[in-house]
Amino acid sequence: MTACNRSEKQPLGSAEVYSTIPAGNHAVAPPGASPRDDGNWVMPGKDYAATRFSGLNQITPANVDKLALSFTFSTATTHGYEAPPLVVNGTMYLITPFPNYLYALDLTKAGAPIKWVFKPKPLAASQGVACCDTVNRGAVFDAGKIFFNTLDGQTIAVDAKSGQQVWRTQLGDIQKGETITMAPLVAGGKVLVGNAGGEMGVRGWIAALDEDSGKLTWRAFNTGPDKEVLIGSRFKPFYAMDRGKDLGVKTWPPEAWKIGGGTVWGWVSYDPETNLIYYGVGNPGPWNPDQRPGDNKWTTGVFARDLNNGEAVWFYQTTPHDLFDHDDINEIILADIPWNGARRPVMFRPARAGFFYVQDRRTGQVLSAAPFGYVNGYRGVDLETGRMIPNHDKDPKEGRVVRDICPAAPGAKDWNPSAFSPLTGLVYIPHNNLCMDFGAMEANYISGTPYVGADVKMYAGPGGNRGAFTAWDPIHQKKVWEIPEDLPVWSPALVTAGGVAFYGTMDGWFKAVDARNGKQLWQFKAGSGIIGQPISYRGPDGRQYIAVVAGVGGWAGAIVSGKMDPGDPTGALGFANAVKDLPMKTTAGGMLYVFTLPR
Amino acid sequence: MSSRFPANALLIGLAAAALLSCDREERHSRSKPVGETVPAATSPDTIWPGGTMPQAPDPRAKVYDNNAPAISEGQFLYTRMNCVGCHSHGGGGMGPALIDDEWRYGGRIDQIASSIAEGRPNGMPSWRSKLTDDQIWKLAAYVRSMSGQPSKDAVNSRSESMSATTPATLMRRAPAHTSDTPDQ
Repeated sequence: MTACNRSEKQPLGSAEVYSTIPAGNHAVAPPGASPRDDGNWVMPGKDYAATRFSGLNQITPANVDKLALSFTFSTATTHGYEAPPLVVNGTMYLITPFPNYLYALDLTKAGAPIKWVFKPKPLAASQGVACCDTVNRGAVFDAGKIFFNTLDGQTIAVDAKSGQQVWRTQLGDIQKGETITMAPLVAGGKVLVGNAGGEMGVRGWIAALDEDSGKLTWRAFNTGPDKEVLIGSRFKPFYAMDRGKDLGVKTWPPEAWKIGGGTVWGWVSYDPETNLIYYGVGNPGPWNPDQRPGDNKWTTGVFARDLNNGEAVWFYQTTPHDLFDHDDINEIILADIPWNGARRPVMFRPARAGFFYVQDRRTGQVLSAAPFGYVNGYRGVDLETGRMIPNHDKDPKEGRVVRDICPAAPGAKDWNPSAFSPLTGLVYIPHNNLCMDFGAMEANYISGTPYVGADVKMYAGPGGNRGAFTAWDPIHQKKVWEIPEDLPVWSPALVTAGGVAFYGTMDGWFKAVDARNGKQLWQFKAGSGIIGQPISYRGPDGRQYIAVVAGVGGWAGAIVSGKMDPGDPTGALGFANAVKDLPMKTTAGGMLYVFTLPR
Repeated sequence: MSSRFPANALLIGLAAAALLSCDREERHSRSKPVGETVPAATSPDTIWPGGTMPQAPDPRAKVYDNNAPAISEGQFLYTRMNCVGCHSHGGGGMGPALIDDEWRYGGRIDQIASSIAEGRPNGMPSWRSKLTDDQIWKLAAYVRSMSGQPSKDAVNSRSESMSATTPATLMRRAPAHTSDTPDQ
């Protein structure tokens, strides 16, 4: 009981913090999409603005070196663990990779024992159509229920207290190569879910399910006729290149849009003020671009849609006719920034193609797009037309190998999200430094099998470091500091009001750095490489905790989790070559680690 | 430019190709009929209660194993049927590695053929309805060759792809563990 009293006396860190933020010259998260921190962590992005910012401030650069292990928990899985733990009022929830177990741990008891386990029993065959390891990117809590997706294409709601299933809805079809790996977003009584399978010739979509019943409210496809993309009178793209009737059909060879990818396997953000959702669309298929001349709408771009009925409000195509598998599914951070003397509602997008986009979130207008990594596959972004300027020297061509394309297929940054601190105004970007050789060849469509048509071989980019953790100033469009990492940084980031940023490395180091200057303050060696999302929460005892799940895998770590043979440089769609040394640096196995300061 | 020149060049090219092909190994445009089905129930297992192997190895295995035309045609199918999408050029990806020395469901050619035909529960699709039995056997012959099992004069030094993978003729033979048996 003393614990309860203590927690009530604990001031809400973020409440203090937000009131002291100077509103004039600083990027801040919109308050409606980023409420005060209540000590919980209920969705992967932390809030609708996807800040991954914890308002807790007990752990600071001055004391973080005292951080000590509080408890651990084995997830009983050996595949890539990309999800964050969730914490809701004294209970922690973990969603594992396939077979997608959902664990509830009791944080009010010593050692956090299991409260219940929910086993959804997805089809084992789904493992064979998951392109890049059998990962799951997270669950979400809302109104007494935990929502998550299974690899075989189901969305499931489970009662957060009892662990009993409330509903389950089958959305994807593994016969077509569809899986679901993304974390849903729950907003306005709807559960937003999208499919994966851009390497299997699926047709991408996003769907909204009723939060209470699981019934489908709307589904919008990302290719095909306007009617099915939910494009109507309200659709006002900012740039001419995205305007026209049925572009989702006309910008493809006949029928190719039906197997053209454009999936939604990343992140969804939500602005309660305008009731718009924002999400990025995945790559067009197949990778071989010669088989799909045209802009390939609406792949590799960003959609803004009305939450209530799904109708499209605007779209921006980041890379028309994508050449390099540069999915645009990365996180979309909502922020309000000073711009040309006025405050502007914007989104930050550290995108796969290597540019950091600042876009007006009401219209899609690109305010700036500066490279945050090494890019030679493009010449830049034309801010007049909004169009990516291609570098034709690097155009893949069927029957030849194009060398030294940067960034490689996983981009300067892949799915693993950045964190945004409204205190420093900086975005903390965990990312890659990889280039590739790309040999295009004809892909043969057979439903339920890969539809790629490319031999790829990746390797380190300039400098030789395969990854980096970068603090980026989104207003001045420049790096403030950068930590080079030997291996690709495949873990998401966390930043706290205490002024500490956290991330993990693929060889198992969990690191704390000073959010202002990038100085490393503390590190811990986990039993497996870290690609999971770190979080911070306030425990029932009132103390601030940091939690992360280790467990190497994902596309970058498939060489370990999939027991691949490094003798073939094209393994795992070419990623194997870039991380040939990984099997000698880490082994597979999911394990939760939770840290706090000693009393 | 003379309009006859390309025609002449073509004739010379054909003649040269015909001469060269004389030295090449004889290949049948159709393979000999070797029975109606792939071994449907070839066991990937290595323990047989009571001590008797559940069935003798399929006799057709010997027709395809170590057979250069079969391996070569299997190599072509491996890319065209998208095996390469999951298993890459043997290193693995969505599916397990094939150039290493571990065989989850057996490394004998009849066991590989059975895995292709029947599928396996953790993601390997069943190809029985998509491929002919002959194609399945040929694919199995090629898959078995990826870890260096056949003799070097049976495998193709040319790769089906543009990737910098090790030519099959230089592949070191990986010992086939798990359910391999010495007589195969």
